[in-house]
Amino acid sequence: MIIELGHYALVLALATVIVQFVLPLVGTIRGDRALMAVAPAAALAGFMLVLFSFSVLTFAYVVSDFSVVNVVENSHSLKPMIYKISGVWGNHEGSMMLWLLILVFFSALVATFGVNLPERLRANVLAVQGLISVAFALFILLTSNPFLPLSPAPAEGRDLHPPLLYLGYVGFSVCFSFAIAALIDGRIDAAWARWVRPWALAAWAFLTAGIAMGSYWAYYELGWGGWWFWDPVENASFIPWLAGTALLHSAIVMEKREALKIWTVLLAILTFSMSLLGTFLVRSGVLTSVHAFATDPTRGVFILGILVFFIGGALSLFAFRAATLKAGGLFAPISREGALVLNNLILTTAAATVLTGTLYPLVLEALTGEKISVGPPFFNLTFGLLMLPLLLAVPFGPLLAWKRGDVLAAGQRLFAAVGVGLVMAAVVVYLHGGGPLLAYFGIAIGFYMIAGAITDLWLRAGIGKVAGNVAFRRFVGLPGSAFGTALAHIGIGVTVIGIIAVTAFETEHVVEMKPGMQVEAGGYTLTFDGMRRGQGPNYSEESGHFTVARGGVIVDDVWSSKRLYSARRMPTTEAGIRTFGLSQLYVSLGDPMAGGGIVVRVWWKPMILCIWIGALIMMAGGAVSLFDRRLRVGAPQKLRRAKPVLEAAE
Amino acid sequence: MMRRLLLAVAFLLAAVPAFAVNPDEVLSDPALEARARALSAQLRCMVCQNQSIDDSNAELARDLRLLVRERLKNGDSDEAVIDYVVSRYGEFVLLNPRVRGETLLLWGAPLVLFLAGAAAMILFVRKRGGRPTGTPLSEAEKAELERALKRD
Repeated sequence: MIIELGHYALVLALATVIVQFVLPLVGTIRGDRALMAVAPAAALAGFMLVLFSFSVLTFAYVVSDFSVVNVVENSHSLKPMIYKISGVWGNHEGSMMLWLLILVFFSALVATFGVNLPERLRANVLAVQGLISVAFALFILLTSNPFLPLSPAPAEGRDLHPPLLYLGYVGFSVCFSFAIAALIDGRIDAAWARWVRPWALAAWAFLTAGIAMGSYWAYYELGWGGWWFWDPVENASFIPWLAGTALLHSAIVMEKREALKIWTVLLAILTFSMSLLGTFLVRSGVLTSVHAFATDPTRGVFILGILVFFIGGALSLFAFRAATLKAGGLFAPISREGALVLNNLILTTAAATVLTGTLYPLVLEALTGEKISVGPPFFNLTFGLLMLPLLLAVPFGPLLAWKRGDVLAAGQRLFAAVGVGLVMAAVVVYLHGGGPLLAYFGIAIGFYMIAGAITDLWLRAGIGKVAGNVAFRRFVGLPGSAFGTALAHIGIGVTVIGIIAVTAFETEHVVEMKPGMQVEAGGYTLTFDGMRRGQGPNYSEESGHFTVARGGVIVDDVWSSKRLYSARRMPTTEAGIRTFGLSQLYVSLGDPMAGGGIVVRVWWKPMILCIWIGALIMMAGGAVSLFDRRLRVGAPQKLRRAKPVLEAAE
Repeated sequence: MMRRLLLAVAFLLAAVPAFAVNPDEVLSDPALEARARALSAQLRCMVCQNQSIDDSNAELARDLRLLVRERLKNGDSDEAVIDYVVSRYGEFVLLNPRVRGETLLLWGAPLVLFLAGAAAMILFVRKRGGRPTGTPLSEAEKAELERALKRD
């Protein structure tokens, strides 16, 4: 009974989002305020309905309601609770439900916090959100209904990063809707940018978190210590991230200087288009990859239709209407605007490069029938070459003045940062030695970026130029966006250091071990103590125990296991990982050998945690910037509200 | 096609989680082994979804790893090994596609896109070059500014 209610709520939600799309649009065309006012109410109702429907599905998983085929196929009564819940979106149908839920959640947010938006803009934005919701609700009901007895492909239901990824993907839908609304209205102003920036920031921060979590999941779960594979599924989330990062920066120019308007609108469209494309690539089964969950051509064609409709429609609208948007402020090539344009140029080229590499084999095979592979060597080379100038330029950006900057002056201010980079690289040479020269260059760049970001804060606070207490007050009083920028740029520096260190200095030992044997890694000695069989709630496992010693003193011990899940008969590795500072010892078990030993792989991963810590710092930067009071959309609204009170007092 | 699919499924089910190079495959000459590892990272495991033979535990990947090592021991150069593997398995086996007619667009894309973007930027700057940025203050605005400054 409850299942039918959930299904029914989903159908009702479809009707509601159709209303959310049609009526406000008619309202803005006719100038009918009553029709425009339908938008927020419909958005909230749609959200409640989808939320209810999603809750019912989750409930079915939690109580293992096996009258629903989706639950039978994807859940198991023995599963621990956390996996039962994550199992809801671990399969195709459930993950599309999550997509829709997050989409209508964002619509509801716009409806709730958009009270001070211009009426027409809000109606148009919500109408576009409504249209996207219609497409996805139809997609779910027609091809991927989780409440019906379908036969979906078996799935990986154990990871928790899809919700974060979707919050990122779908968050960009709001920027998209704003862009379309601006094109429909033919008007765009600073208020528009002020609205788009926080959405872009929030979506970007979530996407950053999702990608970082996905990367750590792969590192931990796949058992060979890799953290990024340039897998099409990873690329599908990385391309919107690159485009979204560009959008974030161009939105700053638009907000502060009213320049790059048309470009920002185009970028908002492209970013969400990349999100849709990512969904298509992952959900249609068009790619075969380590992560792909679902394969069903009818779904693929449906999503392709959605994709063509939204991307094609948006770009045509852009082609016809972009000219009506007035060009904004002017600036010299060497200026902060100029630096941000360079940032956009490189980031969009990088996004396009990753996109080309991901789609090229598909297109070539479709056109000529020839199969080729495009793998990590291609991406590392092209992406690396593109990132190098960008990373070097990053610290310059915040130091250049708006409108007309002085590159030499900015360079002089960065002397200290360059010095820090070189000194740290020298320290690493002294401590570690060996390895490729390029690695030290990379380490220097990482520290230079961190020091450069701190330089910006230092100069803004006037440390060393004004009295200590004045500088302190100035520092504390710096706007949140300044701290946000600095944190995000520090985060990239930290990630770069992690990537370079682990790529250049990691060590790998593959040995056949019998109990009592030892292996050295990263200055630690691992002693293999023996194997043990165990039984988990829904799996059986074999674990090896190792003692970790340094200089003859035992410092730690570690279990490394292989598991076999009874429900899926799928073997997985639970690598043994021990953290020392920011570095990790990674132990993974292989096959038993004929001689009675077992193959053990031991990696020393120096500074690897920096990769994800850097991502966390970037996210924190996004959050700090998001909560900057000056940029908060609610702030000016309070002033406006205060006014009528004054008038009443007169 | 169906057979290949079944084969892939069989591999997935049969495989215990073990990865990459096993100790018994390793060559005694460390320089040669390093070359073998570098080459393996560039070759695709044909029955896996998106793995190099260096990362894969499939039987076929193991065969290919042994083949690469065999050729290296016989004194082949890196290029000769790659050529030989391609002649047996086709271009699909290369994770790093070679530059040729079919892949010109792929390799050219980053440069072409960057240059096109840069050219658009330069044109944009040229078109706008020499024009003053912003508009001068009107008389009323100047008066307003004067007043504000005096008040301070």
